[in-house]
Amino acid sequence: MDESIFPNVEVTRRTVIETGTTALLLSSLPHGVLASEPDQADRTPASIELLVNGHAHTLALDPRTTLLDALREHLTLTGTKKGCDHGQCGACTVLVDGRRVNSCLTLAVMHDGQSITTVEGLAFDQDLHPMQAAFVEHDGYQCGYCTSGQICSAVGMLAESREGMPSYVTADLIQPLTELSDNEIRERMSGNICRCAAYPNIVAAIKQAMGEQT
Amino acid sequence: MKAFSYGRARSLADAAATANKPGFKIIAGGTNLLDLMKLQVETPSALVDINRLPLDKIEETSEGGLRIGALVRNSDLAADPRVRQHYGVLSRALLAGASAQLRNKATTAGNLLQRTRCYYFYDITKPCNKRVPGSGCSALAGFNRIHAILGGSEACIATHPSDMAVAMRALDAKVETTDHEGRTRAIPIADFQRLPGRTPEVESALASGEIVTAVTLPPPPPGVQVYRKVRDRASYAFALVSVAAIVDSVRGRIRSARLAFGGVAPKPWRIAAAEQRLTNEAVGARSFDAAADAALEGARGAGANDFKIPLTRRTLHAVLGEITRI
Ligand SMILES: Cc1cc2nc3c(=O)[nH]c(=O)nc-3n(C[C@H](O)[C@H](O)[C@H](O)COP(=O)(O)OP(=O)(O)OC[C@H]3O[C@@H](n4cnc5c(N)ncnc54)[C@H](O)[C@@H]3O)c2cc1C
Ligand code: SF4
Ligand code: FES
Ligand code: FES
Repeated sequence: MDESIFPNVEVTRRTVIETGTTALLLSSLPHGVLASEPDQADRTPASIELLVNGHAHTLALDPRTTLLDALREHLTLTGTKKGCDHGQCGACTVLVDGRRVNSCLTLAVMHDGQSITTVEGLAFDQDLHPMQAAFVEHDGYQCGYCTSGQICSAVGMLAESREGMPSYVTADLIQPLTELSDNEIRERMSGNICRCAAYPNIVAAIKQAMGEQT
Repeated sequence: MKAFSYGRARSLADAAATANKPGFKIIAGGTNLLDLMKLQVETPSALVDINRLPLDKIEETSEGGLRIGALVRNSDLAADPRVRQHYGVLSRALLAGASAQLRNKATTAGNLLQRTRCYYFYDITKPCNKRVPGSGCSALAGFNRIHAILGGSEACIATHPSDMAVAMRALDAKVETTDHEGRTRAIPIADFQRLPGRTPEVESALASGEIVTAVTLPPPPPGVQVYRKVRDRASYAFALVSVAAIVDSVRGRIRSARLAFGGVAPKPWRIAAAEQRLTNEAVGARSFDAAADAALEGARGAGANDFKIPLTRRTLHAVLGEITRI
């Protein structure tokens, strides 16, 4: 493995990449692929390692497997939901190395060696994560289908805000962000659709959790 | 999704050499490519993952501009202090696009190269010249509310959906590339995206296997920068019409203006004559109207998108009014 290509990986990740992915590197793709004959392309499952909610898992996956399907179908972590499967609803939101993403629009193999947090990984032992507790307290759902995505998204959103990331409704792009107004929360959470329209209670829950975390 | 092989590029040379093979595609954030692969609109035989290449830096250039790596995520670009301070129109355009989750994955190059959201392009059971050259255009006589009023052709009236590209057009960005032989070039953004003409399947100036490595911005132009996006919902929706404007005015007189429009054409729409009609003119409805006339010259609706013509005019008025009142 050429160190210069991965200048910033931590030791644990580098180990994972070294041991887990040599089979995936382009130079070691089977001859059929390099000959670019689609029919000859080798489609043996790719072996990858994912660190999910703190536990390392080695998986042999068809490269087509999305991160969402890897979590649900291969690791039976069904807390993360599939709504649209096209990046349009946010039900599949998880945190990858701490950042929120739509797990339906990314391949599991692309995340080899990375750390994934799903809704199942937020609680600390028996104690709900403050965001989960706030959703319960404020009734931030009706049917609950969007809820795990909303909660993971809200956790990622607060981390982004703490880093000072602006949003489309941030009035001044240059001044540091002070407080998140309801309008800011709504805009920052617009990637999570709730068909039951529990939006007012979701905003209330996030405001409470935000207060507790500061 | 059709089966494909997956490989992770270890170097840019590796990526360029491999991406040049027929059927191979680069994958960056994957938010557009995988969407289209699920519907079999795109059916690559192999994906070349470039995500671990060191193309994720934003650096200052010796000319006083910025060089944005192809893999810089849309969220990171929007939040960069230098972009917020000097290229506010770009920061706003990025923040107006997609959702926070998508922006965390979407990359600079992927955003530029994202494909149209035309309903028929997405539906493989329908004729579409862009997807299957020569099959016909379903939008011309079909549902065309989101389609182009400028720059389209008899073959295709699809719009380019990017917000980011509209701001970059107003900023005179350049797209830097490399190919499998290691040759590099810098393509002005005006020439990067293509009008459909008779070949709507050709969308950019990129040659086969050519990889975008960065986008460079010249030093920030003088003036106030605004990005205004008009859409069906207040957030998480594509533009019906958008305007990126950079206008330098003093005491009711405009010294210079740059205007680029999104949502109305197959590429970000920028017309020099529209900007000239504002230069050295007094602020007011007359000069704003003259600029709108020039920008919309030749505009033609296909029925359901007719409303975009007056909407573009009114959006431009609103933006120019907002800037020159500051
Ligand atoms: C629900 C939804 C809403 C959205 N709303 C908006 C919106 O309002 N405004 C907006 O602007 N966008 C919007 N988007 C689109 C989004 O911005 C794009 O999907 C994203 O920017 C694509 O970037 P990516 O890195 O994920 O590209 P990918 O999907 O990885 O790639 C896209 C294309 O670019 C090619 N490519 C990528 N990198 C390179 C490179 N370095 N060199 C050569 N070729 C390359 C790929 O081969 C592919 O053909 C939305 C998307 C979704 C799903
Ligand atoms: S407008 Fe273009 S993309 Fe849409 S159906 Fe017609 S040819 Fe296809
Ligand atoms: S399931 Fe991923 S965004 Fe809807
Ligand atoms: S609670 Fe039902 S979709 Fe949100």
